[in-house]
Amino acid sequence: MIAELGRYLIALALLASLLQMFVAWRGAELGGRNAYARAGKAASEIAVLAAGVAMILLIASFLRSDFSIAYVAANSSIEKPFAYKIAASWGGHEGSMLLWCLILALFGYGLARSGPRDDGLRSRAVSFQGLLQTLFFGFLAFASNPFERVSPVPLQGAELNPILQDPLLVIHPPMLYVGYVGLSTAFAIAAAGLMQKTPGRILAAALRPWALGAWTALTAGIALGAFWAYYELGWGGWWFWDPVENASFMPWLLGAALIHSSIATEKRGAFPGWTVFLALLAYILSILGAFLVRSGVITSVHAFALDPERGVWILGMLGVSAVAGFLLFALRAGSLGEGDGFEPTSKEALIGANNLLLAATSGVVLIGTLYPMLLEMMGGATISVGAPYFNAAATPLLLIAALLMPLAPFLPWANGGLKNGVSQMRAALMLIPVAAVVIAFLFAGASPLAVIGGAIGVWAISGAVMDLGQFLPVAMARGQKLLVIGRVMAHAGVGFIALGAAADASRPPDQNVALAPGESVSIAGRELRLDGVSRADGPNYMADRARIVVDEGEGGVMSPERRFYAVANQTTREVALKSSIAGDLYVSVGEARLRSDGTTAFETRVAFHPLVWSLSLGAVFIVLGGALALTGRLRAHAPVVQRDRATKPAEAV
Amino acid sequence: MRKAQRRLWITLAAGVVLVGAAGLAMTAMRDAMVFFYSPAMVAENPPEPGQRVRVGGLVLDGSVERPARGGANFTITDGGGEIRINYDGSLPDLFREGQGIVAEGVFDPEGRFTADTVLAKHDENYMPPEVAAALRESGMWHEEAGDHSGYGGPDGYDAAETEQPS
Repeated sequence: MIAELGRYLIALALLASLLQMFVAWRGAELGGRNAYARAGKAASEIAVLAAGVAMILLIASFLRSDFSIAYVAANSSIEKPFAYKIAASWGGHEGSMLLWCLILALFGYGLARSGPRDDGLRSRAVSFQGLLQTLFFGFLAFASNPFERVSPVPLQGAELNPILQDPLLVIHPPMLYVGYVGLSTAFAIAAAGLMQKTPGRILAAALRPWALGAWTALTAGIALGAFWAYYELGWGGWWFWDPVENASFMPWLLGAALIHSSIATEKRGAFPGWTVFLALLAYILSILGAFLVRSGVITSVHAFALDPERGVWILGMLGVSAVAGFLLFALRAGSLGEGDGFEPTSKEALIGANNLLLAATSGVVLIGTLYPMLLEMMGGATISVGAPYFNAAATPLLLIAALLMPLAPFLPWANGGLKNGVSQMRAALMLIPVAAVVIAFLFAGASPLAVIGGAIGVWAISGAVMDLGQFLPVAMARGQKLLVIGRVMAHAGVGFIALGAAADASRPPDQNVALAPGESVSIAGRELRLDGVSRADGPNYMADRARIVVDEGEGGVMSPERRFYAVANQTTREVALKSSIAGDLYVSVGEARLRSDGTTAFETRVAFHPLVWSLSLGAVFIVLGGALALTGRLRAHAPVVQRDRATKPAEAV
Repeated sequence: MRKAQRRLWITLAAGVVLVGAAGLAMTAMRDAMVFFYSPAMVAENPPEPGQRVRVGGLVLDGSVERPARGGANFTITDGGGEIRINYDGSLPDLFREGQGIVAEGVFDPEGRFTADTVLAKHDENYMPPEVAAALRESGMWHEEAGDHSGYGGPDGYDAAETEQPS
């Protein structure tokens, strides 16, 4: 019964989205303040309600372990703990697609409720969002229905992949999807603006808060994923340039470019076409990401199971969105207008340079991700392109962008001010060589790129501090303190990430050894002794827990586990971490090995990751910075936008 | 500044960045590209010893040795050939006999493969695309093994990788 209702609700949401697209379009044609526009809003409400109830029904089916639903049977088991039964509802393809659709519909409602202030533009944006919803609800209804029945009904489910049994599963995918899907609003507003011939400055102002909210959520989602890979999965790292990571990184880069170029467009009318183009492209790359992850075209540690049919569907949605967006752009970009001029050393110029670098990085990542696929499709050799490519090609571009970043706040709009800006920042500039020397000394054997990266990180952090000192007093007087604090935090966050990444790239080699109880291994000046291994079973798994003593007890005790999930017939590792200012000590245990002398040795992997806190801090700073800037922005536009805070952009943070 | 002049500046800057990025990408691609070889391809025309390559196939039943010092030795096959692989790291949790895996590393002059990365995914239902293609080529592919639809199919989206920075 629940399953049938769920299918009905998905069909209802699909119809409501179609209706939303058509009536809101008509509403916009008639000026945006009419019954059609209101009907478009009502349709978006129906889509949200239907998708929301469908999501609740799916979660309920998981809680009741209703294995007559194929998706539940494939992703849950009776023994699964309560919280993971809920999270498992978005742990597989169909359920995560339902979540995607729900968020898409929520953003549609958000646009209808507090989208652009111009009625015609808003109604048109709601209509474009209706188009995007229709595509995805169609995909859900016809090719990815989570309420599909299975017969005969199995007595036990196949269980969600145990690696996903982690608290982060509750929050990482929804956050990531708010980011990915949130970019749809920028797409819808940009396309609506082109249709309505809205001037670029007004359009940039309308889409900026939405882009900022989505990008901030995307940042949080990616950071949570990196954290998860690092501490849970035992992969011994936080970023692998895996195709799926790249799929999230490309829209992130374009989103970062967009939230900066839209400032220049809104304030000075600069780059209107580019800003609109970015708004369209960022969401299209989000769909490309969905294609890469869900079609089985790539070998990735994250990829969903192979299913070419889904791939074709997603390519179709990608095609429709891209053709609609870029055709409009080609026909109407001229109506965006031209801004005032600017000098090559003005703030606009620097924002332009930042955009060029971020877009070029995105292009470089795109090439590295798609080239192997394209080569194979054209009958060439099967190749893979891994971390060495991305480190060599993307990192230098990002470092140049980070090098320029701290200067931008000190440059004036329109006029050249490099000399003045540089002189104001002389103290921070002098830190670059000092930091480089210190880093080269501290991390013996660090690569030149890591030394430069760390130094640029320090420069960015000190530049952000100077930015705060210089501009906070003025901003407070003008009631814009949140905007400045947000900018400073986000920029400092970039610096912390550069520093942390440079330190991690310079870490001592990881060690893989087989240890019997009593034996020890040393890394980064610390000695780790395996004290013993004992049983530590959990609700739906059996586990061996190792007791590892650091520096004979002075450094504490670490307890990594190796778990066996009987239903899924899978083993996983629980990493043990010990954090300090210097960095993280990282231990995982693997298989037991019987030695010829009769003792049992355990495969043990130890690593030391210096300054990992700098990476986490950087991510937290960027997310908080984005959230503060968004709050400041919404307050500045009160009272008309006052009520916005109750709805989507605020939730997106 | 005049409009034409500004246009020129922007075009120049964009050109410099794009040419630079393209140059970076091309050099990096040449150095970092890793070719995939199936066991059959290796049997026919092996890659240069020392060249970094990826190999993939099914782990041969009964071929896995787990020496007491850690690591593992095993053989992969696609029906058209076999490759013996030495791996010093700790195998992914999802590594099993009879399952498709991908390994990255180098051949020595004797034709033994030393891997520094072994990718294994999920359960026996999952097959890395390269391996599936190689198996189809050699006729070892059974459609039922590649059927991922419906109940029992692997629908979780994660798996394990053990990567050793070299």
